Amino acid sequence: MDDTAGPAWQRRLMVGLLLAPALLWLFALIVLPHVDLALLSFRERTAPREFVTSLAQYRTFFTEPLYWHIFVRTAVISAISTALTFLVAFPIAWTIAKLARGRAATLLFVVCLIPFWVSETVRTLGWMILLRESGVLPGILVHLGLADAPPELLYHDATILVGLVYTSLLFMVVPLVSSLESLDNSLIEAAYDLGASGPAILRRIVIPHALPGITAGCIVVFMLTLGNYLTPNLLGGTSSQWFTEQIYTQFITRFNWEQGAAFGFLLLGLSTTMVWFGLKLSGQRFSDVMRRT
Amino acid sequence: MSAPATPDLEVRAAVKRFAEHTAVDALSFSVARGSFFSILGPSGCGKTTLLRMIAGFIQPDDGDILIGGNSMKGVGPNRRPVNMVFQQLALFPMMSVGENVAFGLARRGVARAERTRKADAMLERVGLAGAARKKVDELSGGQRQRVAIARSLVLEPTLLLLDEPLGALDLKLREHMKIELKQLQAAFGTTFVYITHDQSEALVLSDHVGVMNRGRFEQLGTPQQLYYEPATPFVAGFVGANNRIAGTALAVNGGRVTVRTADGWTLEARASSPVAGGAAVEAFVRPEVAMLARTAAELPAGQATHSGEVESLLFDGANSAVLLRESSTKFEFRIALPQTGQYADLKVGERIHFGFDPERATCFPAGDRHG
Ligand SMILES: Nc1ncnc2c1ncn2[C@@H]1O[C@H](COP(=O)(O)OP(=O)(O)OP(=O)(O)O)[C@@H](O)[C@H]1O
Ligand SMILES: [Mg+2]
Repeated sequence: MDDTAGPAWQRRLMVGLLLAPALLWLFALIVLPHVDLALLSFRERTAPREFVTSLAQYRTFFTEPLYWHIFVRTAVISAISTALTFLVAFPIAWTIAKLARGRAATLLFVVCLIPFWVSETVRTLGWMILLRESGVLPGILVHLGLADAPPELLYHDATILVGLVYTSLLFMVVPLVSSLESLDNSLIEAAYDLGASGPAILRRIVIPHALPGITAGCIVVFMLTLGNYLTPNLLGGTSSQWFTEQIYTQFITRFNWEQGAAFGFLLLGLSTTMVWFGLKLSGQRFSDVMRRT
Repeated sequence: MSAPATPDLEVRAAVKRFAEHTAVDALSFSVARGSFFSILGPSGCGKTTLLRMIAGFIQPDDGDILIGGNSMKGVGPNRRPVNMVFQQLALFPMMSVGENVAFGLARRGVARAERTRKADAMLERVGLAGAARKKVDELSGGQRQRVAIARSLVLEPTLLLLDEPLGALDLKLREHMKIELKQLQAAFGTTFVYITHDQSEALVLSDHVGVMNRGRFEQLGTPQQLYYEPATPFVAGFVGANNRIAGTALAVNGGRVTVRTADGWTLEARASSPVAGGAAVEAFVRPEVAMLARTAAELPAGQATHSGEVESLLFDGANSAVLLRESSTKFEFRIALPQTGQYADLKVGERIHFGFDPERATCFPAGDRHG
């Protein structure tokens, strides 16, 4: 390339121009609103149209047990959902990366993509039709004699988990496949040859090799789950008690933007802490992990 | 030798088919305890398939494999008293050198202290004392090679399988590792089964060699037998350098065949397998068997003498040779130059005489490929 031969400032200008649209986008849609939200969260309304800087919004969160409860519950269910997604995704990723050949592997990938063909709203509403008391699945259960009366399958934590895992699967499968594909088959054979059993190979060879991919998948899935609004609220109804719902309520129903902004930042803090914790736990560096995604 | 001991490895009519292609075709052989056995053959002849059957990664379609006298039917690779050194070595990059060597011991439930002691001792024996803490990618190619061997030998297997372990190394290191491998095998006394497509590796290292072609052994014997008494034209052509002369058997006199090429050059050779008069044959003359002479009178009496023009001189130190064209038929013929430097002044285009002892030239019916 001849422009690399140009003076340094020319090259820097070039890079600047190339990145300009993305940087603008980032600034306008992510940085600016967050700065605004941050300012908002540190305000307290004393009278109509009168505000003072205070930590009142955060204080409310820590003093009101309901908010606390929902916050912890959201974090725990998200963590469980991430773990479940990993357990479901790993065999799929292993099949795609190591067992399936050509068309079969592509087909499996497409199967993981299918959830995204239909909009999340339509898909989740479809599930509700299937699962509600007068729906198809409870009917089948009664018909088979597995239940006396049609059971209500909606509004359970288990239902929320199933929905969340389903939505997140692809984001776990993709990084897992790419990290498993890079695992040399001869390493597995060598371990087997040296006397290792299947579980030992998994623990000593496969998991250590795939750890960056596993961490990447878990981070992405955890963040998506934590911030998911539609699935927990539609499948869990009022009993879902999801933290994003609280944020929504503060902003839209109660028109308490200050409180909503504070909740938003608490959620951001939570996901950052969990990601940091996950990286520490798996001994991974953020840059290595991000290259895997 | 005392009473015939059970061989460490016995392969009985093992067969492996891939679709309609038979990779290993009813192969039988046995390897005596403590010996170095090589399987030599061209690419794609089924060597790796055979080795993987012995290691247990693939099951033979037919026949049986016995290790230390026990049938290995239904025994997984992790339960066989066999270890394998992979072509790409397959060292575990997520572990240190010491952990690599101790891996197999850990799987056997050996206690940590004992494991470390054994791994360190093994690393010392292969000349890598103190390397246990290093990472695998901090080692040179030759050192990795030794780690791969140490990792297997520390388990004291009945049989060590090596699949072209020197293939990934550069020429100089390969020569060096060849000698090291031989010394290691002698020091440990472990039975080695070694795969290669490099005939010099097989000849230098082995007690016995099986020359493999299209899933079968063409010949099984000592390196000397393969070199001096090849059983088939394939072996004659594959092991060592050889001049191959195709023609018809003009006359057969006892064990002596007079071969005539299509262009009319005639020469004599010893029949290695029965040859019928008039049949198509292939004769082989090794470059070092033929002798050069400036005048025909210098050649031993009673041998046919030939003459040719020097086409090119191939200088390669001790392996130098001259490429001739036979005078009347222009047939290309290679002759090793004597070490005495006697023909150092040979010029391209010069006319020279040559001859060879027909007893040391071999002749086979053409196309004798054993099926
Ligand atoms: N899994 C397989 N499926 C189908 N065909 C195979 C398979 N493995 C090997 N083959 C075929 O069997 C034949 C022997 O293969 P093999 O790997 O044993 O050769 P090789 O002697 O080790 O060759 P090289 O020196 O190139 O390693 C080849 O023609 C190969 O294409
Ligand atoms: Mg091979």
